[in-house]
Amino acid sequence: MPHSPLLASLGRHKLTVLLMVMQVALTCAIVCNVAAILGHRVTQLGLPSGVVEDELVMLESISVDANTDPLMRHDADLAALRQLPGVRSVAAVDALPFNGNNWSNGITLVPKGDVRLAATAFNGTPGELATLGLHLVAGRDFLPSEYLPMGTATDWDGINKVPATIVTRALTQQLFPGQDPLGKVIYPGDGPVRIVGVVDHLLRPTLDESAGNEYATVLPMLPDGGSITYVMRTAPQDREHVLQAAMARLAQLDGNRVLRRPQTFAQLREDYFRRDRTMISLLLAAAFGLLLVTAAGIAGLASFWVQQRRRSIGIRRAVGATRHDILRYVQAENFMIVSGGIALGVVLAYALNVLLMQHYALQRLPVFYVPLGAIALWLLGQLAVLGPARRAARVPPVVATRSG
Amino acid sequence: MLGYYATIAAASFRRNKAFAALMVLVIGLGIGASMTMITVFHVMSGDPLPGRSSRLFVPVIDPRPLDRGHVANAPSSDGSFTWPDAMNLLHAARADRQAAMAGGAVPVRPMQGGALPFYETGRYATADFFAMFGTPFLSGGGWTAEDDEQRARVVVLGHALSRKLFGDASAVGRTVRFKDADFRVIGVLDDWQPQPLFYAPMDSRAYGRSDQFFLPLQTALDLKLDFVGRLSCWGDTGDGRTSDQCSWLQFWVQLDSAAKMDAYREFITGYWREQQLHGRLPRPVDARLYGLMAWLTHQHAVPDDLRLQLSLSVGFLLVCMLNVMALLLATFLRRSGEISVRRALGARRRDIFLQLGVESSVIGFAGGLLGVLVALFGLWSVRQRPGGYAQLAHMDTRMLLATFALALIAGALAGLLPAWRACRIAPALQLKTQ
Repeated sequence: MPHSPLLASLGRHKLTVLLMVMQVALTCAIVCNVAAILGHRVTQLGLPSGVVEDELVMLESISVDANTDPLMRHDADLAALRQLPGVRSVAAVDALPFNGNNWSNGITLVPKGDVRLAATAFNGTPGELATLGLHLVAGRDFLPSEYLPMGTATDWDGINKVPATIVTRALTQQLFPGQDPLGKVIYPGDGPVRIVGVVDHLLRPTLDESAGNEYATVLPMLPDGGSITYVMRTAPQDREHVLQAAMARLAQLDGNRVLRRPQTFAQLREDYFRRDRTMISLLLAAAFGLLLVTAAGIAGLASFWVQQRRRSIGIRRAVGATRHDILRYVQAENFMIVSGGIALGVVLAYALNVLLMQHYALQRLPVFYVPLGAIALWLLGQLAVLGPARRAARVPPVVATRSG
Repeated sequence: MLGYYATIAAASFRRNKAFAALMVLVIGLGIGASMTMITVFHVMSGDPLPGRSSRLFVPVIDPRPLDRGHVANAPSSDGSFTWPDAMNLLHAARADRQAAMAGGAVPVRPMQGGALPFYETGRYATADFFAMFGTPFLSGGGWTAEDDEQRARVVVLGHALSRKLFGDASAVGRTVRFKDADFRVIGVLDDWQPQPLFYAPMDSRAYGRSDQFFLPLQTALDLKLDFVGRLSCWGDTGDGRTSDQCSWLQFWVQLDSAAKMDAYREFITGYWREQQLHGRLPRPVDARLYGLMAWLTHQHAVPDDLRLQLSLSVGFLLVCMLNVMALLLATFLRRSGEISVRRALGARRRDIFLQLGVESSVIGFAGGLLGVLVALFGLWSVRQRPGGYAQLAHMDTRMLLATFALALIAGALAGLLPAWRACRIAPALQLKTQ
C-alpha cells in the first residue's frame, strides 16, 4: 500500500488532524496515569492482612467503672466469651489491621541509638496468635511467663520491660537483611526485646503510601486500659450469630459499659477501604469516559470524511482499487493519526506524572503502563474506525460517474 | 442578522443530526463531570465560620527536638501544643481571646431506666471557646476562666445529645453522668456544625461530624477522661498528658486587628526565645500565625483524593473540547463551497466568523443544558455515598450560573479556532474546484 496519497490527503486537513492527534495524546497521557493510580489502589485493596479474615468477629468494650481492675475484667469477659457456642478461641487486643488504633514505636538496635524504623505494637492476651490465625514461619509463640501488663496508667511503661516479641518478615528483612532474626535484640522502648518468632504477614492498623505497611511487632503485653477489643475466631457461617451472642453475654455480665462496633473483620476491611473504592470507581469512570469520547470523536470524524470523499473513493474503485484496498486505506489513515497521538502522549504522560508527583503523594509511573495505554488506544482507534471504513469499502465505483 | 445565523445553524445541524448530537453529548459530559467536581470542591473549601474567620488564628510553635539521624516516626508539625506551652500562652492572655482544646470521648450514662451507656464524642476546652467561635446558644451559656481553674464539673451539650437525654425539656440545670462523674448542664448549643470541624486536627473525618458536648479541659484531665486524637511524644520523660515532650492540644486565638496580629507574632517569637534559655524548644525560632482559611489550606482540609478528582475532571473537559473542536472544524470545512460563495457575494471574514461563532455557541448552549443535568445527576450520586462531605454536595444558584457560563465559554472557545480557520477560505479558489 503506497502511503504518499495518504499523507497528501492528511496534509489537506492539517488542523483537523492536529486536533485529533492532540486529543489522542491527552487521552493517552491521562489514561496511562489513571491506570497507574488504579493499579496502586487495587494493589492496596488486595494486601493480605495476615489474619484469618473470614473467621474473625470483634467488638469493643469501654468500661465506665474506673474502680475495677481492667485485667480481671478482661479475664472474666474472655472466660464468658470462650463458653459461647461456635467460638473457637478469643483474645483481648488493642490493635488490629485496619482498626486505626496505631501505637508506633521507634525501633533502635542499641539503647538510645538511631531510630531505624517505626513499627506498630500489637498487644494482646495469650492466644492472640492462634485467634488471629497469624502464620509463624520461624520461632515460637509467647510463653505464659513472658506476659506482663501494658501499664496504661503509668505511661505505658510495659514497653520498657517486655522481654520478647514476634515480628513480621518485612521488619526482619529491613532490620537484619540476610541474617537469622531469631534471638536478635531490638529496642522499641528503653529495654532490650528478644525476637522469638517471625510471622509471614501482619498489616498495620493504618496504611500509608510508604513501604512500611507491614512493620509490626507483636508483644506479650496485656492491654489494661478502659477500652478493649475482643476478637473471636469462629466458623465463617457462625459469625453473625456469635457476634449477637457475645453482645448479649457481655451486657448481661456487666451492664456498666459501652459495647460498640460489633462487626466482622470483613466489615472492618470494607469500611477501611470505602474511600479507596469510591476513588477506584471514579477513576474507572473517568478512564472509560475519556476512551469513549475519543473513540466517538475518531468514529465521527472518520465517517464524516468518508461521506465527504465518496466521489474520490468511487474513482479509486473505478480505476481498480478493491474493497479491501479502501478498507485498508481508511484503517491506515487512522493508524497514522493515533500513532502520532501516542508518540506525543507518551511524552505528555511522563510530564503529567512528574506534575502529579509534585502535588500528590503518587509514585513514579511504572514503565509497563505506557505500552499498555498505547496498545489500548491503537485497538480503540481501529475499532472506532471499523464501521466508517466498511461503509467506505461499500461505496460502488459507479459513484465516480455522478457529479459530486 | 444573529437570528438569521441561528436559522442557518439550525438548518446545518438538521443536515447532520447525529454529528450535532455527538458534539452536544460530548460537551455536555465534559461540562457535567467537571461541574460536579468543581461544585464539591467549592462547598468543601467554603468558610466554616463566615464573618469570624478573618479574626481567628492558629499560633504554631514547634516543640519537637532537633532531628537526630533518620527518625522515621518524628511527629510532623501539625500545630499541636504541649500542655505547658498551651497553659503558658493561655495564662499570658495576650490575644483578645484564646482557648486550648482537645478532642474527647466519654461513655454517657442515661439517667432514666436501665438503658446501656453509649459513647459520645465532644471537646475539652477552656472558657473562651464559646465567645471566640461565636457558638449559638439555645439556652444557658459557657463557663468562666474561674470554672477552668476550679475544675468545675459543668458541661455544655450539643442540641442532638440534649434531645437524646432530656427530650424537648430544657436541659440547663439538669445533671448528666459521663463515665463515673456527674456534670451540671449549664448550656445547650443550637444546631452548630461548622464544616469542616476547623478547630479539630484535620483528618479524614473532618467533614460531616460535630461535637456533642463541651467541658473544661482541666476537669477532663483531672478526671482522666478519654482523649481522642493524636498524641505525639518524644524524649524519655514519659508519655504523660502534662509532659512538655508530648504534643496533643489545639490552641486558637482571636486577634481583632492587624496591629494585634503583629504584636502576637512578636509575643510568641519572644516566648520561644525565652523557653530556649530554659533549654526547651531547641528548634530554630520560627513562630508562625495562620489565619483560619490559611490554616485549612495548610492542613490539607480538602483531601488530596478530591483535588486529584478535580484535576481529572478538568482534563476530561479539555479532551472533550478538543474533540468538539475537531468535529466542528470538519463540519465547517466541509461547507467550504457555501462559505466561499458567501465570501464571493461580499461577506466579510468577520461575517463568516460571526456566523460560525453562532453555530458553535448553539452547540455550547445545548451542551450546557445537558451539562447541568449531568452535574445534577453527578451531585445526586455523590450524596448517595455514606458519610463525610457527601451531604454537602448541593448546587446553589451561583454554581448553576457558573455551569452555564462554563458551557458557553467552552462552546465558544471550541468554536473559535474552527471558525477562524474557516473564515480564511479564499472566495474564488473554492468555486473553481467545485
